Amino acid sequence: MRLLWVIGKRFTRNKLSVIGAIVVFTLITISLLAPVIAPYDPTSIDVYNVLSPPDKAHILGTDELGRDLLSRIIWGSRVSLKVGFVAVGIAIMIGIILGSIAGFYGGRVDAILMRFVDIMLAFPTFFLILAVIAILEPNIFTIMAVIGVTGWMDVARLVRAEFLTLKERDFVDAARALGMRNKRLIVRHILPNALSPVFVAATFGVAGAILTESGLSFLGLGVQPPDPSWGNILTAGKDNIEIAWWLSLYPGLAILITVLSYNLVGEGLRDALDPRLWAVEEE
Amino acid sequence: MFSYLTKRLLLMIPLIFGITLITFTVIHLAPGNPVEVQTEMSLKVTAQAKENLKKLYGLDKPLHVQYLNWITRFVKLDFGKSFVDGRKVLDKIAERIPITLTINILSMLIIFAIAIPIGILSATKQYSLFDKLSTVFVFVGFSTPTFWLALLLMILFGVNMGILPISGIQSIDVSEMGPFDRLLDWISHLILPVGISAFGGIAGLSRYSRSSMLEVIRQDYIKTARAKGLKESKVIFRHAFRNALMPIVTILGLSVPGLIGGGVIFETIFAIPGMGQLFYASTMARDYPTIMGILVIGAILTLFGNLIADISYALVDPRVRAKK
Repeated sequence: MRLLWVIGKRFTRNKLSVIGAIVVFTLITISLLAPVIAPYDPTSIDVYNVLSPPDKAHILGTDELGRDLLSRIIWGSRVSLKVGFVAVGIAIMIGIILGSIAGFYGGRVDAILMRFVDIMLAFPTFFLILAVIAILEPNIFTIMAVIGVTGWMDVARLVRAEFLTLKERDFVDAARALGMRNKRLIVRHILPNALSPVFVAATFGVAGAILTESGLSFLGLGVQPPDPSWGNILTAGKDNIEIAWWLSLYPGLAILITVLSYNLVGEGLRDALDPRLWAVEEE
Repeated sequence: MFSYLTKRLLLMIPLIFGITLITFTVIHLAPGNPVEVQTEMSLKVTAQAKENLKKLYGLDKPLHVQYLNWITRFVKLDFGKSFVDGRKVLDKIAERIPITLTINILSMLIIFAIAIPIGILSATKQYSLFDKLSTVFVFVGFSTPTFWLALLLMILFGVNMGILPISGIQSIDVSEMGPFDRLLDWISHLILPVGISAFGGIAGLSRYSRSSMLEVIRQDYIKTARAKGLKESKVIFRHAFRNALMPIVTILGLSVPGLIGGGVIFETIFAIPGMGQLFYASTMARDYPTIMGILVIGAILTLFGNLIADISYALVDPRVRAKK
């Protein structure tokens, strides 16, 4: 408990990270309350109000089918949130499992798993994602799965590195001396100590996954219209680039603010969780 | 050094094998095959004709035979022919590489010219206003979707001000221009794509050179240099900068995958006929030979990039060399 308090105190010392955290919570609230706060139905078409610029009725304007842009952006935040969390969840699961096995058992298992990591890292990630999604069917589930399956390598490396140092520590010997099985030793004793870099990587990972999703949807390989996502609204922005600047400006702004907030929180967490920096300050 | 190199090159062989295996598996996970895609539009195609097409592409054979065939041809640098237009995959890739490479090399030059000074300056003046501003810039840079930035700049310079073209790499009437106008035309088409692809890189590299410089400044030999009364500028540029530069050099090698893979979205936006656009078009058409060719070539180039990074590190850092 005391440790949590110290970490919290260190986190709040970075003002930008605190702002980031506040924005993240606000965004999560907005997307959970989307049906309540969105002023219009995000898919209801209004042919008399096509591409109308921002005004009192439609604060952010309407799109090429007369749908309210603000409502579409609010509903689109649900896509970003889902993709961000599920994709990173998948990546972390794979990364933790493979990283713990490699770090704990070492030797040939470690060598093979780490070569596998090297191979996966060699692919230009966006190309790989694009290929898989085009082959399977582009929808939100494919995207979450593919971003997760192509994004676990950093987590695996981090967890492995933690395991390599942790397994030499006395408490591991003690647990072994008590006759504990490997599986329990890994899950109950070593893993909890290895998690802090994973939290940091996860926060940055959510930011990255949201960016990737918006890019894929922009290319037409993500969430399919009429369902709104920030990326596919931007596609409409590109198609109407000469006449409707608001369609390009606002969804991108939403992406920027969201991704920026997660990155700031990640940075704050990294500083707060890094014991090396604690030592520096006490000097 | 030589034995180190040989060892590294030998280690790459199993990696390349793994890369081809994963590429092949990923592509053949696909439900449906390219013959279906090609023929689904025309109802007249008979089952017999479909079988013939499959036979033509070798899709009727069992998977491991297909893999063996593919890998034997791959060793001879034969990636087969495109399903779309029947041209050789290698030719299709080769004609795209110069365009993508030009844009990326230009943007790399910009990145290095801008990012390293920013990083060094904010490290030497840590916690100053400049350092704080550049930190904010770095985070915004990391978080900006490049294709959105591209759209905004297209609206600003192309639509509102009308001073820059927003698509392609040359004007339609380029053949009637003199050499000077042609150069101007080329530059005006490249400003936005190059600038935008540099933007994210500047953020990353300036952050990296900042932390590299911060690490060096804390070292004992910098204290020594200061203690013996050297001018601060000399301490920074002679002693600190050169050491901070070493890890930065390796970034060059590590940025190879970005060089070929980064541009899918903005090449599509600006209608630039580069590798990214070719890959996008190929995935949309399920042009398997081209997809596989680009994936494998991209991954192998990345491995070589890593190798170059390690070698250049050994070249600039005598300590690494001594260990080998």
